[in-house]
Formats: sequence, structure tokens, C-alpha cells
Amino acid sequence: MFKIFKAFVKKEVYHILRDRRTLLILFGMPIAQILIFGYAVTNEFKDAKIDVLDYAKDQSSLQLVQHIQSSGNFLLNRILHSEKEIEAGFKAGTSKLVLVIPESFGADLYGNRPVSLQLIADGSDPNNANTLVQYALAMILDFQKERLKLAENPFQVRVETRMLYNPQLISAYNFVPGTIALILLIISAMLTSLTIAREKEQGTMEILLVSPLPPLLIILGKVAPYAILSFINAVLVLVLGYFVFGVPIIGSLTLLLIICMLYVITALSLGTLISTISKTQQDAMMRSLMGLMIPSMILSGFIFPLASMPVVLQYLGHIIPATYFIAILKGIMLRGVGFNFILFEVSVLLGMTLFFLFMTYKKFKIRLE
Amino acid sequence: MVHFESVCPLRSSSIRTSWNRLVMQAIQVDNISKSYGKISALKSVSFQVEEGELFGLIGPDGAGKSTLFRILTTLLLADSGEGHVAGNHLLRDYRKIRRIVGYMPGRFSLYQDLSVEENLSFFATIFGTTIEENYGLIKDIYVQLEPFKKRLAGQLSGGMKQKLALCCALIHRPEVLFLDEPTTGVDAVSRKEFWEMLKKLKQKGIAILVSTPYMDEASLCDRIALIQNGEILTINTPEGLMTEYDLPLYAVKYDDTYQLLKGLRKMPYTKSVLPFGDSLHLTVEAETPVSKITEYLTDLGFENAEIRPISPTVEDIFLELSRRTESKND
Repeated sequence: MFKIFKAFVKKEVYHILRDRRTLLILFGMPIAQILIFGYAVTNEFKDAKIDVLDYAKDQSSLQLVQHIQSSGNFLLNRILHSEKEIEAGFKAGTSKLVLVIPESFGADLYGNRPVSLQLIADGSDPNNANTLVQYALAMILDFQKERLKLAENPFQVRVETRMLYNPQLISAYNFVPGTIALILLIISAMLTSLTIAREKEQGTMEILLVSPLPPLLIILGKVAPYAILSFINAVLVLVLGYFVFGVPIIGSLTLLLIICMLYVITALSLGTLISTISKTQQDAMMRSLMGLMIPSMILSGFIFPLASMPVVLQYLGHIIPATYFIAILKGIMLRGVGFNFILFEVSVLLGMTLFFLFMTYKKFKIRLE
Repeated sequence: MVHFESVCPLRSSSIRTSWNRLVMQAIQVDNISKSYGKISALKSVSFQVEEGELFGLIGPDGAGKSTLFRILTTLLLADSGEGHVAGNHLLRDYRKIRRIVGYMPGRFSLYQDLSVEENLSFFATIFGTTIEENYGLIKDIYVQLEPFKKRLAGQLSGGMKQKLALCCALIHRPEVLFLDEPTTGVDAVSRKEFWEMLKKLKQKGIAILVSTPYMDEASLCDRIALIQNGEILTINTPEGLMTEYDLPLYAVKYDDTYQLLKGLRKMPYTKSVLPFGDSLHLTVEAETPVSKITEYLTDLGFENAEIRPISPTVEDIFLELSRRTESKND
């Protein structure tokens, strides 16, 4: 029996190595995805261009503009001379934010009168505009504190925030666990469902069924190579995350790898389940993209926080394996928690896996219909 | 026997085995029916294939041949009726059947991205054997493939693909071989070679059920069943089939075939008239003298029409039988 299994796996490896598309998905996708998420999809920004409409043109307004640029987040693009010029920069796309400083800025600041400044942002890109305004606000408050030594005022409420586990709010800390969850899902679920659907589409499943091969062996033989490859990919993403983006692994590496393996099995069992109900490769592809990829990306808390979603979507999010896997990964990698803290998530994953395997076993057809 | 089994279930299996050994048919089909929704693909089909027999299933596309193959290879379940392959019940013993039959589906179903050698050795392994062990059986076929053994199966010519598929279906020394349209899409020379291989396999004691849409291949089988619209029209030896055609048959030839066809259709003695190549095959009522036909044709102005009596081809018989069945069903 083991000899047959070996022959089956060998055949599967030939399929993978001889198909450029599979190879590309297998090894191109993880690298592309982590680099895209790492460099492109990020909330951080550097050197955002701002215009300044400075009516004051005095010492203090110059200092303010200097101060705003000092963090490296902003770069002065143009000094405007009239209100009419404000929109020009937005329309041309050369500036993202305009700071308007009133004529009385210096006098008000030191004369203990309320100071008003105006920030104008390009609202057509709300997320970006929001972030820019917040950064700018922080810089302005900081400037004010520095100038007036407000900290010495005993009646002032001081709020100090500290972001535990990710003090600098580096987005890589969020997307590396998310990317691992997605990549494992794509490779394990999509590729296995595709490869089984391919046997059906090309008619080879007919011959495999009319042979002494037990159905279980057919599934295991198909799944085993992908399990190994998916696991290698998980390690690849962890290594990339660690060395390229500096994402730490504070908790136990062994525990992390074991959980990765469990999640790989969850995804594989989902893939085989999809393949039992799809007849063609295209069918399998659509089902895994629509049914797995997109929900896992949107509803797992990877990109958008689950807590701020409508209740219905929150429930949906809670039946997605990736939600639990991402929670576990963040726990182990960033907070360094041990097994007893992730017990709930692990048992949910395990339960889901058993459920999918059982369904696959029930649904696997020993005949063509 | 069925009755006896139900009375005495304990002893049934041993009795069945010994009984089967005595009168075991390679394939036994009893009143098998199958429909897909409203379309009925097989209507109460029955036949037997003896051990070591080359049995041909001949009929056009959509006659139900592939459905029958899939039922006999346990890939589909019949709606009603029973069947045995080498004494094994289609439903109860499906695992046993899957071990002892060789199946070559109608569509080329090997791994196109594996080489000739890799395909063959994969199928040998999953049947728990090796190429070397059964090399004797496939040697005649495999020597032709050997020069291309490193080539990917997808890059082989049509004839070569079929030979490889046959090798893969044979590699575990099956007792019964199911070949679903093995010569479709294959050139004339390869088709001839293929049938010669089947003859050799038959001599080695393997029962073969082969389907084909080509009527001219019928004479190469031991026995044939003509099948149309899920019904078996007749089962006979190729020679016996010829005697089933009991009406006079003539080939009629004229420059304007279409006008001739129209004219002959109106002739009172005509039973059927069908175009075959550049002439028409005319069946008339029994004991109609040729002179009457000539007379009729001359009256219509087809003076130079050439009439000669011919013996029927399988196609003639097929068309005549299907015509009779249709009129019976109406």
C-alpha cells in the first residue's frame, strides 16, 4: 500500500513541476503577496506633500512649518499666496494636505488667545485624508507644547499612550499573520480542489475509480504534496516577515509551526470538500475564490476590524477558519502567549477540520454521479 | 438460483462460486435500464459475453454505448436490471470488478503531462504490479511505443495514444477488457493494427467488449450487438447478421442521384431507398423482379440507370433494423 501511495505522490509531483501555472501560484504568489502587502497596502506614509498658505509669514509660522516637516512624514511642496490656489494642488495631485495659518498666528499663540489653524485635506480618499490630518494634528499639538511648555501647567490633563506589542504601529505586524493565513488557504484549498477537479475534467478520475485504489488513498495522495509545499510556504512567509519587515516571533516557534500545520490540514480538507462538489477546474476555482479567498480576506479581521462590522457579518467572520488562525498567530508572534491562551481558537480550528474531513468523506463519490 | 440463495444465505456464496465456475460468462447483462432525467439512455438491455470472446457493440453516437460501459465498469448505477462481470455482481462486488477489469474510456484519459513510461508504470503500480511482470502481454504493442517512451503522452499521435491507453488498461492482466470506441479518431492503418492486437489478446483468453461507431469493423468481432437509442436491435455473428436481411437489395446508380432518389421513393415496390456513396441502396418487397424496377425507371426517364443486386453490408442491416424498430415503436 505504501508503494502505491509513493507512486501516487510521485505522479502528483510531476504534475506540479510540469505545470508553470501551478508553480507560479505556489511560489510566485506568496512572495508577491507579502511584498505587495508589505510595501503597497500600508497605512504608513513618508514625505506626504503639503502646501502651506501662510498669512502670518512671521517667525512662529516658519517654525511651525519647520516642525511639521521634522518628523519625515511631511514635505513642503509649495507656499501658497491666496485661497484660490488651494484647490490647484489637489486637482493636479501634487499635494495631499493644505495648512492655512492665519495672520494673527504668532500674536495669538504667545498672547494666550485661542489659536485657530485650518487643515484642508483631499476627501476623495477618506482613509488617507484622515490619517494625514491626524498626523498633522499630532505634530501641531506637539509644536504647541514645545513652544508654551504646557507640561509645566499642573492643571493640564496629560494623556500618554503606549501601543503595547506594536509600539510603532508597524502595519507589517498585522499583515504578516494575515498573509500567512491567506497564502496557506490559497495554496492548500485552491490548488487541491483544482488538482482533483482536473482529474475529473480530463477523465483520469474514471480510470482511477476503476482500479483497486481506495478513495481515501486517492485523496491522501493528492493532498500530501500540497501539505508539504504549503508548510514550506508558511515558513517562507515567516522568514520574509522576520528579515524583510522585522516582524518578531516572541512566542514558541514550535507551537507556531504546529498550529501552521493544523491550519494547513484545515485548508486542505476545505479544498477536498470543494472538489467533491465541483466538476471542472473553473468551477473549483470560482468556488474557492468566492467561497474562501474573499471572505477570508474581508471578514477575518485581516484588513478591516471585525468588531466594527454589522452583527451579521461578525457572525460570518466567526465561521471562517482564518479568523481564528490570525488570532492565534498574533498571539504567538506578537504577544508571545503560550498554548493555554489560544486553547479556544485551536479547538475551534480542530473542530472545523474534523467537520470538513467528515463531510468530504461523506460526499466523496465512489462512482461518477 | 437467485431463489435458492435467498432461502439459504449461508451457503450461497460457495454455491455461487462453483456455479459460476461451471457456466461463468465474462459479462452477463440482464434487463439493464438507465435514464438521465427524462432521456432514457438504455432500455432494458440484455446480452452475454462468453469467456475469451471479442464482442462488438455497434451503434451511432448517443446510442447508449458509453453509458453501458460505465455501468459495467461500476462507474454508474443502473436504474434497474442486474449485471455480472466475471461472475461478480455489479453492485455487491464492485471492488472485485474494479480489480479484474481493464477499462479504456472513450476519451483519451491518461496523464498528458506524464511520459509514456511514467504513465505505464503509474498504472502498473496502482494495480499492484510492475511493467516487467506483465511485459509479455503488452510486448507486441509496447515495442511500437518504446522509441517514444520519454515523450509526454499529450504529444503522441492519435494512434499512439490509443496504443498507450490499451497498454495501460492491460498492464494488470485483466480478465475482461472494456474498450469504449478505441478506434474513433484514429487513422485507417492504425485502426487495422489495433484490431489485430485485439485478436491476439483474445487468443490469450481475455474477453473483450469493444464499442465502435464504424460499421465496417463489425466483421472483425466474434459476435456483435447493434444498438440504437438505448435498445439492442439484434445480436448475432457477423455472418449470421447477413442472413437477417431477407429482402432483395440493389445498388442503383445514375448521374443525378437526387432525382433518382425522389423517383425511387415513389415506386410502389420500394421498402426503403438510401444513399450510399455515389449510388443508392434500394430495398424492395420480396419477389419483385428486376425487370419491374427497370421498367419503372425507364418510364420516369432514367434510361441509363445501372441496377445490380448486392449483398447487404452491416450498415444496410443496421438501417433496416432501426427502421423496423422505429415503425414498431410508433
